[in-house]
Amino acid sequence: MNNSKKIAVNFNAQKIREDFPILNTRVRGKNLIYFDNAATTQKPSCVIERIKKYYEHENSNVHRGVHYLSEIATHEYENSRETVKNFINATSTEEIVFTRGTTEAINLVAYSFGKTFISEGDEIIITEMEHHSNIVPWQLMCEDRKAKLKILPFDDNGELILDEYEKLFNEKTKLVSVVHISNSLGTINPIKQIIDIAHSYAIPVLIDGAQSIMHSKIDVQDLGCDFFVFSGHKVYGPTGIGVLYGKKELLDQMVPYQGGGDMIKSVTFSKTIYNDLPYKFEAGTPNIAGAIGLKSALEYLTNIGIEQISSYENELLIYATEKLSQIPQLKIIGTAKEKGPIISFILDNIHPHDIGTILDYEGIAVRTGHHCTQPVMEHFKIPATTRASFSFYNTKEEIDFLFEGIQKVIKVFS
Amino acid sequence: MSDLRELYQEVILDHSKHPKNYYKMPDATHVAEGYNPLCGDHFNIYLKVEDGIIKEISFEGSGCAISKASASIMTSIVKGKSIEEVEHIFNQFHSFITGKVDKNFDPNSLGKLAVFTGVSEFPVRVKCATLAWHTLINALENNSEVATTE
Repeated sequence: MNNSKKIAVNFNAQKIREDFPILNTRVRGKNLIYFDNAATTQKPSCVIERIKKYYEHENSNVHRGVHYLSEIATHEYENSRETVKNFINATSTEEIVFTRGTTEAINLVAYSFGKTFISEGDEIIITEMEHHSNIVPWQLMCEDRKAKLKILPFDDNGELILDEYEKLFNEKTKLVSVVHISNSLGTINPIKQIIDIAHSYAIPVLIDGAQSIMHSKIDVQDLGCDFFVFSGHKVYGPTGIGVLYGKKELLDQMVPYQGGGDMIKSVTFSKTIYNDLPYKFEAGTPNIAGAIGLKSALEYLTNIGIEQISSYENELLIYATEKLSQIPQLKIIGTAKEKGPIISFILDNIHPHDIGTILDYEGIAVRTGHHCTQPVMEHFKIPATTRASFSFYNTKEEIDFLFEGIQKVIKVFS
Repeated sequence: MSDLRELYQEVILDHSKHPKNYYKMPDATHVAEGYNPLCGDHFNIYLKVEDGIIKEISFEGSGCAISKASASIMTSIVKGKSIEEVEHIFNQFHSFITGKVDKNFDPNSLGKLAVFTGVSEFPVRVKCATLAWHTLINALENNSEVATTE
């Protein structure tokens, strides 16, 4: 958490809330308080309307037909790629591959980069705080290529131990894959430094941006990362669409991930010629409506201003951290100096699932469990945590309700 | 809070805080492990079965209030019962808690298990209430697989 960040005093969350129809939902007679934004974010009307418009007026397959609708669908789909390119400041749309989400994007890189560049005995560096989706694809690849995973540990605050980082590099190191913001600890990792160190050994870096894309300005050229991946549904867009950004020189060399239509230039039984980037990595009919909805979501965020969003969400984090710290039985898991708006916590002798159910009675949606980061739970020797994750449509009043809800939990189990 | 009290009845809270038959049985004839990795509920069930009758039962482990109370109440119910009787009770309880009984079903016919009426309203918590039972069935069938209800 960075206290020095400018507080967005003028941020009008109440007005923003009007853009999200689902926030009017009543849960068990209470107003919905949605604090599960790290799992998925809610969708503004503009995204919902845009998808509706696509299916009502533009639906067709892309890159194929010569007819009117196909031309429109192709145009809109490719426009979305342009919007994504600008949103993360990539140099070219060739570097923007649409996937189903973060998980598929990492699997794509693990498979294609692995097949192209990894041989027996090579090493990949990941960290102890990765989501399972940035662990398992590498394990599968390592098994296939007889390569090894090296793990960078974190300390009890949830900060990566950077002194250990450089020690992991040797002549066998081939790739670093690191999460930008931890989904279970909230830690914002110093990715610029992590990338620079890897590059000093000429090693490429993949950044898992699933939890950062909606909270902070991403500039892939400034970061210098070689791959950046994120999901549409965590950035106020639809599910089933995600993005792999990859540097052209790497993507060009990598073998295709899946074969099928759209990823080829010509097919004969003796020789198939693959299509150019990014289509080489987009086999089959893509999620056209998803891409178009994502464009709408990114434009919505750009209109509000990602810096505005970032400072307001940081304000919520500071407020919630101070408020929850007043509860003596509560312990926050993940106390890094730099955090995204995510608070994981445990309560003395009360299981997170009981906390989650009682908060649900109050209309408060939180996540309970291991958050697909079992090594993180293992680090702290706990089975699970309760996690509240905030968005710019949340308010301090809602955090007050969470505070009261936790008091009720404690009362029930006292 | 009235709804909440229906789910977290005093009986459930009592059993979760002070579970019955909560110990490791070194000379058990049947043992089984139950584990729901997503929520971390993790129990071992120990049995002493003689002539088809459960003479002794105990459990240990950790989990949420619902899963722990369910394990505790289960041990107090099945002690002294035959395997057939236990299977019958489990089937009834399972149908009830997963909403597969008709509207006229009287939860009170389940005796102590009626306290879990509130759980049936929460599909995601049903797995907590049934984990110990599935583990018990595995133990009786000498099934060495780890029971799970996720």
